[in-house]
Amino acid sequence: MGQITLNAVRKCFGEVDVIPSIDLRIEDGEFVVFVGPSGCGKSTLLRLIAGLEDVTSGGITIDGTDATELPPAKRGLAMVFQSYALYPHMSVRKNIAFPLKMAGMTPEQQEAKVQSAAKVLNLTNYLDRRPGQLSGGQRQRVAIGRAIVREPKAFLFDEPLSNLDAALRVNMRQEITELHQSLKTTMIYVTHDQVEAMTMADKIVVLNAGRIEQVGSPLTLYEHPANTFVAGFIGSPKMNLITGIEAEKLGATTIGVRPEHLDIVDSGGWSGVVGLSEHLGSDTFLKVGTKEVGTINVRAGGGITLRHGDAVRLAPRPGKVHRFGSDGKALS
Amino acid sequence: MATQHSRLAARFMVAPSVGFLFVWMIVPLVTTVYFSFLVYNLLHPERQGWAGFDNYYYFLTDRAFLTAVWHSVALVVGVLCITVVGGILLALLLNLPFWGQGVVRVLVIAPFFVMPTVSALVWKNMFMNPVNGMFAHIAKGLGLQPYDFLGHAPMLSIIGIVSWEWLPFATLILLTALQSLDSEQQEAAEMDGANWMNRFIYLTLPHLTRAITVVILIQTIFLLSIYAEIAVTTGGGPASTTITYLVAQQSLYGNDVGGASAGGIVAVILANIVAVFVMRMIGKNLDA
Repeated sequence: MGQITLNAVRKCFGEVDVIPSIDLRIEDGEFVVFVGPSGCGKSTLLRLIAGLEDVTSGGITIDGTDATELPPAKRGLAMVFQSYALYPHMSVRKNIAFPLKMAGMTPEQQEAKVQSAAKVLNLTNYLDRRPGQLSGGQRQRVAIGRAIVREPKAFLFDEPLSNLDAALRVNMRQEITELHQSLKTTMIYVTHDQVEAMTMADKIVVLNAGRIEQVGSPLTLYEHPANTFVAGFIGSPKMNLITGIEAEKLGATTIGVRPEHLDIVDSGGWSGVVGLSEHLGSDTFLKVGTKEVGTINVRAGGGITLRHGDAVRLAPRPGKVHRFGSDGKALS
Repeated sequence: MATQHSRLAARFMVAPSVGFLFVWMIVPLVTTVYFSFLVYNLLHPERQGWAGFDNYYYFLTDRAFLTAVWHSVALVVGVLCITVVGGILLALLLNLPFWGQGVVRVLVIAPFFVMPTVSALVWKNMFMNPVNGMFAHIAKGLGLQPYDFLGHAPMLSIIGIVSWEWLPFATLILLTALQSLDSEQQEAAEMDGANWMNRFIYLTLPHLTRAITVVILIQTIFLLSIYAEIAVTTGGGPASTTITYLVAQQSLYGNDVGGASAGGIVAVILANIVAVFVMRMIGKNLDA
């Protein structure tokens, strides 16, 4: 079990209202990702759930019992920190066994659990090393090992991959996803990287300035962003947000077109000049300066041979234009 | 080639200072060793000549010698225990966020700036004096008999005074070590179900071992040579003479340069034995 409910949770640091009021329900077994720009309160929200920070007002329920006043150890949650927070003077074995030792398990029980966790995480050969002798990815795995031996109700990850290099990040991302599929435990994952959010999540919570902008599955957020913030934040390269006459033609204050939904056409559409073209082989990213809608990003096929200074005409694919009102919210 | 060249140049450049330091160290040592084999008493200039190992024999068989060794050990171990344990507790306390932290930290460090002679005098006359001392007044106020600290428990009193002087040093070193303790580690341990005591034993204390090693090594060096506190408070005597003080007595009051030199060499040897043991026991903590 691992069902977590936040009820009008509010957090202030002194005068600063970091999280004004958040209501959220996380179902058992879900992989939830909190995503948002830095300083949006996503880490604070995770620490509130963990119990490392006290809520200013509101309540947190875990599995139907009120956990608002419970100390971190009593909540039955395990956390993986950004800095891994391994104990430097203990071997990997002792690091992983530490929560079991604190729970008063016998050495034999500890050893059995450590062995099985090490097997899952490919750490069997490193059990007698110190954290200082491990690479970044291995340290990350030890931190995860320390979390899984406790068999928690839910895992909390605080930007766990941000200290790894790009290749390793992709690997660990897949490992964590596989881990979730085999354990089927609730996981809450905080990141500022929308690619991690899109690839891993069952449910994404987009946060901005301590407020939830939208909650939904990755594809829901991609296809139906609730407002201009989500529209601009989810998706890479970023969605083109266009204001002015072209938007008014469609009865909106702002219209959004994703770079992959712009087609290069022979006639009609918007005419422009290629400012920058990046050929990635599979894709070509173009930055096109147009008269009608200013500079827009285009994601075209790999075979496009347009270069700087070439003239081009672009048309948004019908049905793929998002319309937003004057308050930034999506118009149906 | 460049590195070999620069290494040679570096050796050449530091040679004068290394040579100077070596002479600085070796001349007094050799002189002392030389004196320790001479009959050299300032009160008896007419008696001169080679003494062989007589000076060592007399120093080592002196009835005061073994007691002095014991007093030195008691002083060093006693002060180390009090300052390390007290220093950890004070450092833990000062590491907590509270109002007026800066001022309190300065106050705690203040005793370290008081000269040994002065602090010993203050303790002797203002606190421990059985007639006018603060402790005597408190005892009288409570209807108790004032206790003559320096008269009845001279060694313990000196240990107390020296601990008071060195506690700030230990606190300062340990506090800086505490401040470098990773807060995420503490939080991780908290989530792992470790209570305050467990966090202290399994995280804080291992983190502090290097700092504690530094405190023990440095303090041992200085505590072995404590002189002023004994001279000011008890002036030695059978109950509070340490090795260092015994050597000073030989040379100053006995005017026996030969005997004092022999005592000095014995003290150097003993100090080196202690140093080897201390380094063996805890020096490996400094490697990592």
